[in-house]
Amino acid sequence: MEKRVTFSSTTVGLLFALPMLLLIFVFFYWPSAQAVYWAFTLEQPWGGGNAWVGFDNFRQLLSDPVYWGAISRSLVFALSSTAIAMGMALILALLTDREMRGHKIYRSVFIWPYAIAAPALGLAFRFILAPEAGLLSIINQVWPGLWNPALDGKDAMIAVIVAFSWKYIGYNFIFFLSALQGIPRSLTEAAAMDGSGPLRRIFDMQLPLLTPTLFFLLVINITESFQDSFGIVDVMTQGGPARATELMVYKIYFDGFKGLDYSGAAAQSIILMLLVILLTIFQFRFIERRVHYK
Amino acid sequence: MIERTPIFNLVCYTILALGLVIALLPFAIVIIASTLDLHAVNTVPMPLTPSVHFWENLQAAWVRADLGNKLVHSIIFAVSVAAGKVILSSMAAFTIVYFRFPGRYVIFWLIFITLMLPLEVRIVPTYSIAANALQPFQAILDVTGLTSLIAYLFGIQVKLEWGLLNSYPGLVLPLVATATGTFLYRQFYLTIPDELAEASKMDGSGPVRFFLDILLPLSRANMIALFTIMFVWAWNQYLWPLLITTDPKFGIAVTELKTLIPSEFGLPDWNVAMAGTLIIMSPPLILVILMQRWFVRGLISTEK
Repeated sequence: MEKRVTFSSTTVGLLFALPMLLLIFVFFYWPSAQAVYWAFTLEQPWGGGNAWVGFDNFRQLLSDPVYWGAISRSLVFALSSTAIAMGMALILALLTDREMRGHKIYRSVFIWPYAIAAPALGLAFRFILAPEAGLLSIINQVWPGLWNPALDGKDAMIAVIVAFSWKYIGYNFIFFLSALQGIPRSLTEAAAMDGSGPLRRIFDMQLPLLTPTLFFLLVINITESFQDSFGIVDVMTQGGPARATELMVYKIYFDGFKGLDYSGAAAQSIILMLLVILLTIFQFRFIERRVHYK
Repeated sequence: MIERTPIFNLVCYTILALGLVIALLPFAIVIIASTLDLHAVNTVPMPLTPSVHFWENLQAAWVRADLGNKLVHSIIFAVSVAAGKVILSSMAAFTIVYFRFPGRYVIFWLIFITLMLPLEVRIVPTYSIAANALQPFQAILDVTGLTSLIAYLFGIQVKLEWGLLNSYPGLVLPLVATATGTFLYRQFYLTIPDELAEASKMDGSGPVRFFLDILLPLSRANMIALFTIMFVWAWNQYLWPLLITTDPKFGIAVTELKTLIPSEFGLPDWNVAMAGTLIIMSPPLILVILMQRWFVRGLISTEK
């Protein structure tokens, strides 16, 4: 879409964009370029600048089983939390959209989880799911030692996934509900007139019309699970026990800022950046084909 | 509702009630736990009736996490990020929509690409700039030979330095440097009728006048929506503030959560931890409850 009426002063136009351009140059393009430089070089232990090492950093990384562990854990985390968060949000949105009594309360409360900072809900869930106090400790009273996220890697992963999914139910709910409310009421009424019940309408009308939103949220949830998981992991498990919850961003943070291995962390960043870019491109391909029903 | 479906409605109500429990339970536990004393919070199962120790737990958490200072830092930080976003993105979008000049598409794409990579994903490179934000310009001067030229001509060694560690610019600027708000404004400007620009041009107003007197007043709703969403987003930032605030005196509330984790020795004081969590998570929650309409609107229009 283009404006028919425009201003012609190039100087004023550039001046308006200048602050933003300066910021993204200093904090986005320059650092990204530097990450590429670091990823292909190695800092000399006795100073004297960086030596060019080509793909060595990547080769080292990709032959490291610990790194592959972080990738596969990130995928497990991304897929299961996305499935839980999107599935539950979809059900809740479909039912809230029926506008039964009290739907205003549901519409408001289901959004609340998204307002909570990831580390804050991490701390809350650390207490709720703690083995010796909190809510889930009852399990251990009945079957001692069954649940312990501090020692059992699987339990820790479940705890992190639960905390993250809880927050993103709120997020997905907002998008699902607004998409559902965009479906014209006449369409629903026509379907009802033709004799389809509420369940039939969900599967044959609402879900097909929601596909663009579904794809959009799928990509957003996966990318968010890469980044927003950091606060939860850092507060709940710190990557432990025994690396069981060490996700990709946490490993970058740990290697780069605790281990001071900038080249390795930069190479990891590049891989993660490529992954996120791929997902975004995938998303745009689907958004181009989205259904318009206005 | 279109038809009468009593049984299906009952199922719906049950599922919705269950959803309500799932959404509210963590809030309830945090609030109840913060009213208990040390002994009660560690009994299994946890008592589900509030006790009377709320105030003293709040005080303990307030002191331990230094919340008096940290909440002020957080407010300044979140307001600056939100305000910076609102101002800079309205300006950048103005250029993209209302000007025709060569290279306009380059600017559009330069800003657009920043949407792809969130700060967490490129955290290592961005951190490298924190020690000296003027490093790119210094490097450009060095490479083009201007540094030695100036040194030769004026006898001054150019050294551009601006450290960002433990400063508000360091906290705020990298978070402002993405395109999220720009596209909200772009979409909005595109819906403004051309006749408005035409009329004000005929009345002799230039682009600056048009921007200040016509566009800004019209985009008030957008500003509120963007400000709400950005305030919540900035308040909840964790990784970047964690790295940039190395001085324990200069921190924000969310990174202080780590000091509230009970130690592994002795009886864990979860009651204090939960009281602190409650304080820290409240400001964005209250904002979302009060400004729900704007929050939802901002979220949907910035992401799509």
